[in-house]
Amino acid sequence: MTKSFDILIVGIGGQGTILASNIIGEACLLEGRHVKGAETHGMAQRGGSVETHIRIDGQYGPLIVPGTADLLISFDLLEALRYSHYLKTGGTMVVNRHMVLPTSVFTQKSPVPTEDVIVAQLNRFAPCLIDADKIAAEAGNSLSQNVVILGAASWSIPLKTESLLAEVKKLVPPKTVEVNVKAFEMGRAFSRTG
Amino acid sequence: MERHYLLGNEAIAHACLESGIDFASGYPGTPSSEVVDVLRVQKDPTYHVEWSVNEKVALENALAAAWCGLRSICTMKHVGLNVAADPLMTSAYTGVTGGLVIMSADDPFAHSSQNEQDTRCYAHFARLPCLDPSGVQEAHDMIRAAFEISEEFRLPVLFRPTTRVCHSKGDVELGAIVPGTRKGEFHKDPRQYVVIPAHTRLLHKKLNEKQPILKKRLVERGLNHFTIKGKTAVIASGIGASYVQELLPPDVSFMKIGAYPVDEEWLGVFAQKHEKILVIEELAPVVEEAVRQVAGCVPVFGKINGYAPYEGELSPAVVAAIMVKAGFLPENPLVSMEPVQNLPLRPPILCAGCHHRAAFYAMKRVFRESAIYPSDIGCYTLGLQLGAVDTTICMGASITVGSGIAHSGDPRDVVCTIGDSTFLHTGIQGLMNAVYNGANMTIVILDNRITAMTGHQPNPNTGVTATGAESPAISLDAICRSCGVTFVETVDPYDLTEMLRVLEEAKKKKGVRVIIAKQMCVIAARRAGVKRGRYAVNLELCTGCGTCVKFGCPAIEFADEKARINELCSGCAVCARLCPVGAISREAKK
Repeated sequence: MTKSFDILIVGIGGQGTILASNIIGEACLLEGRHVKGAETHGMAQRGGSVETHIRIDGQYGPLIVPGTADLLISFDLLEALRYSHYLKTGGTMVVNRHMVLPTSVFTQKSPVPTEDVIVAQLNRFAPCLIDADKIAAEAGNSLSQNVVILGAASWSIPLKTESLLAEVKKLVPPKTVEVNVKAFEMGRAFSRTG
Repeated sequence: MERHYLLGNEAIAHACLESGIDFASGYPGTPSSEVVDVLRVQKDPTYHVEWSVNEKVALENALAAAWCGLRSICTMKHVGLNVAADPLMTSAYTGVTGGLVIMSADDPFAHSSQNEQDTRCYAHFARLPCLDPSGVQEAHDMIRAAFEISEEFRLPVLFRPTTRVCHSKGDVELGAIVPGTRKGEFHKDPRQYVVIPAHTRLLHKKLNEKQPILKKRLVERGLNHFTIKGKTAVIASGIGASYVQELLPPDVSFMKIGAYPVDEEWLGVFAQKHEKILVIEELAPVVEEAVRQVAGCVPVFGKINGYAPYEGELSPAVVAAIMVKAGFLPENPLVSMEPVQNLPLRPPILCAGCHHRAAFYAMKRVFRESAIYPSDIGCYTLGLQLGAVDTTICMGASITVGSGIAHSGDPRDVVCTIGDSTFLHTGIQGLMNAVYNGANMTIVILDNRITAMTGHQPNPNTGVTATGAESPAISLDAICRSCGVTFVETVDPYDLTEMLRVLEEAKKKKGVRVIIAKQMCVIAARRAGVKRGRYAVNLELCTGCGTCVKFGCPAIEFADEKARINELCSGCAVCARLCPVGAISREAKK
């Protein structure tokens, strides 16, 4: 039995975790590999915390066990911390440098964690931190943040970059292909030098 | 043969197309909705497809189509099967001619549901076959088997995927699409279709006579199977079977249950070959009870003796812990990891600019904390966070619970909320009943013209059918008036002044008062290209009073003693109307 390569993608409903998962899943098919995954749908999507599991070469169930993920990709800094227990020792963490504060923080006046405090807590995972908003804007559209982060994580994903890029082109809205390809490449370039 | 990376529900829908279906109906409900959502957007469908107004209606339509010889599928979530239970129970007696598959998707852990009931118990209750897939590919393959079994035994077949099948993804091998070519024809046969006592007694006997052959056939078809490896065995069903296979030691026998009813004789032979048996399944101990009946003195481990939980969903970690506890694994191969504690929660929330928030705000301002707020099932259940939801039990139960409280003698105002789709689903009967029996209450119909929470399915209020064809949009006002309500007002909840005025007026009246808070769902509006322009806070005017922040819109933040509006703003302008110092206004065009 081949051991699967387990990726957990987390973020906030609406940030594009499902698109990122589709890109990876379809890229697996291009390479003739099995893939399993699980997603958050329904009520949990309304601006709530969401998680997408992807198991490359997965044979059995779709869920990743806490403590065993090879790669954690997070579209939000706070969500990276919330799901950090999923990462295995020595696993890779690729994280957006910024966070959206939950509305509950304002309405219930709960203590507001700062980005620096969260980064300090994440440091033990040696995360790759990306200013996805800035890079996406440079690529031409701040909506391409998810693809920037995917590009940055692509070094750790056991799939060919061409396969991932081919699926980016296929799966993003036709008018945004150029921006998203650029976003992917800039993200990828960032995490090499970053 | 083609391989695709698909959601479980997409694979199920594709299998329906491969099976040459002629008829599809359903009522949206997570985790089942995407099946009809896929079927309704196919180009030039050769089948009839509809979103019905509720599950009972959906099932009766599909049943009739199957009586006419069509291959039919009817989809719903587990609690929808309660609504459809009336036709379900007797459909087992009448049987079908064309294949009828009833998909009732269970939701262990209640990810998006009000309970954790088990569709397999309904199958047992109705004496209908039930297929229980353990993954995406199997869900796909079982649909084809389900139609064949339905046609062979002339019985509706229940199909029961769970959330982790419906919303799992995987590479799936698909077959070719077969266009449905059957033409429906109803053959009159009162002994089959008119269930008067004289007929139904015979039909019941026929149903029971089908059971032994059915049990054998499910084994012959390989839906229930086993491999003997040693003196101990694990028997598993559903997604739990996939977790077991990932952990199973090589010397432990494995039985997979994928279909019910389980053949007791076959099960007993397997059980007697082992010294101890562990049963792994989600929700009710359906397999476990069957195993215990035939196990004799072979010890059985499961929910009933406390080795596995009755509640929640399984995961590889939970299954590993059960296997260790029951002595089927020497030690837990998985390290136990705990999440970081005390992080601010991020629960789902009403969207920025959602008009339900404005309606709840106005209701609470007029009727205050003291009023009682029964509510219903939809996005607006999230009004709980705004303190405007006091009860939710099932679809349509806002008005009925409201009138019950109103009649109980509690002197407080009763103000209930119900969405348009839920009102049409099972709310109208409650309204009729409340008026007829003289309840004193206010009903706010939160009318966003669509069934939003499950993914924006159209309903009779939307003006289009499932396939996008125009249909006459129903008049909620006329329905309410025809039920005998005299106070019916339709208001745009973004217009806070008017909303407050109408609520004040309603508060002064007696009897049943209905306010229709009508505005497009903010997501549907954005998709339709409605652009309103964002709002911004003038920091010089802002006093930091927090009135807008308490409104709870995710577009409003608070930092350095001032409010700020972020890019989520949809331009509803309600916060601008709330601000006591006029510090919020439309953002100047850049």
